[in-house]
Amino acid sequence: MVNKNPSEILDQEGPAAPPRANGELMFESPWESRVFGLTMSLYEAGLFDWEEFRSLLIEEIGVWDAENHPEEDWNYYEHWAAAFEKLLAKKNFCAPAELDGRVAAFSMRPHGHDH
Amino acid sequence: MTATHEHGTPEIELRVEALESLLTEKGLVSPAAVDAVINYFEQDVGPLNGAKAVARAWLDPDYKARLIEDASSAFNELGITVRDNVIAVENTAEEHNVVVCTLCSCYPWSVLGLPPTWYKAPAYRSRVVREPRKVLAEMGLELPKSTAIRVWDSSAEIRYMVVPEQPQGTESMTENELEALVTRDSMIGVAQAAQPNAK
Repeated sequence: MVNKNPSEILDQEGPAAPPRANGELMFESPWESRVFGLTMSLYEAGLFDWEEFRSLLIEEIGVWDAENHPEEDWNYYEHWAAAFEKLLAKKNFCAPAELDGRVAAFSMRPHGHDH
Repeated sequence: MTATHEHGTPEIELRVEALESLLTEKGLVSPAAVDAVINYFEQDVGPLNGAKAVARAWLDPDYKARLIEDASSAFNELGITVRDNVIAVENTAEEHNVVVCTLCSCYPWSVLGLPPTWYKAPAYRSRVVREPRKVLAEMGLELPKSTAIRVWDSSAEIRYMVVPEQPQGTESMTENELEALVTRDSMIGVAQAAQPNAK
């Protein structure tokens, strides 16, 4: 595998470092681990360079920092997800319009649907 | 999950679900592979590898001797590949070991996972060498005066892990039960292994 071990590429500190508890990655909701897993799967398949994603992530976080949000609104993985969407668009893996269409379709699902 | 998505499901949750469905359709990811990645990060890369070796060492003095002698081979016996040059140092009543990397943040991540934030903090790195007893006490580990403290400075070439003492009253516990007592902090040397009921 040409890629580095995924454990070694995650930032350990600084704005782009994922939240950790006692050194372990920490996910507060299932979607957070899902978007993390999607990103890592594509990375392990060699479909992008880590630095491409990392710079998008730092950019997303930088925008938020500059906007003076209250600290309790902070969610690291929202920025991760936004950066991931941008990466997918940039690499032509998934266009924003296509994603928006799927989100709209999912939001129309009936009550009690099961997945 | 049975969800009423038009009410109350956060947009972000829908977006991530939509992303996964699109990427799966395009053949770029598979849900099973995503599961495996998440498992890997949540479980496999953690202090678990180190904990396995320590639990085995507690149960088997011969294994302990091999772990101290040549940690990489001892980990290999357990099916664990160690990518760093790791040296295991054993705590006893007379001597307590603690690990630091004074220059940066060298850490035996293949056996202990990702280092805690404080491990890289300048305060820990600079002070634990100078006044280890005080730093450990501040971190909640009061050692008797009769116990000598030895500080191991990791480097890119050699990384240390501590084999903590087995807690008293755990002699009848199974290997799996013992593993759960071997915390990351105890293998850095800033804590003792957990007590069976405290965990």
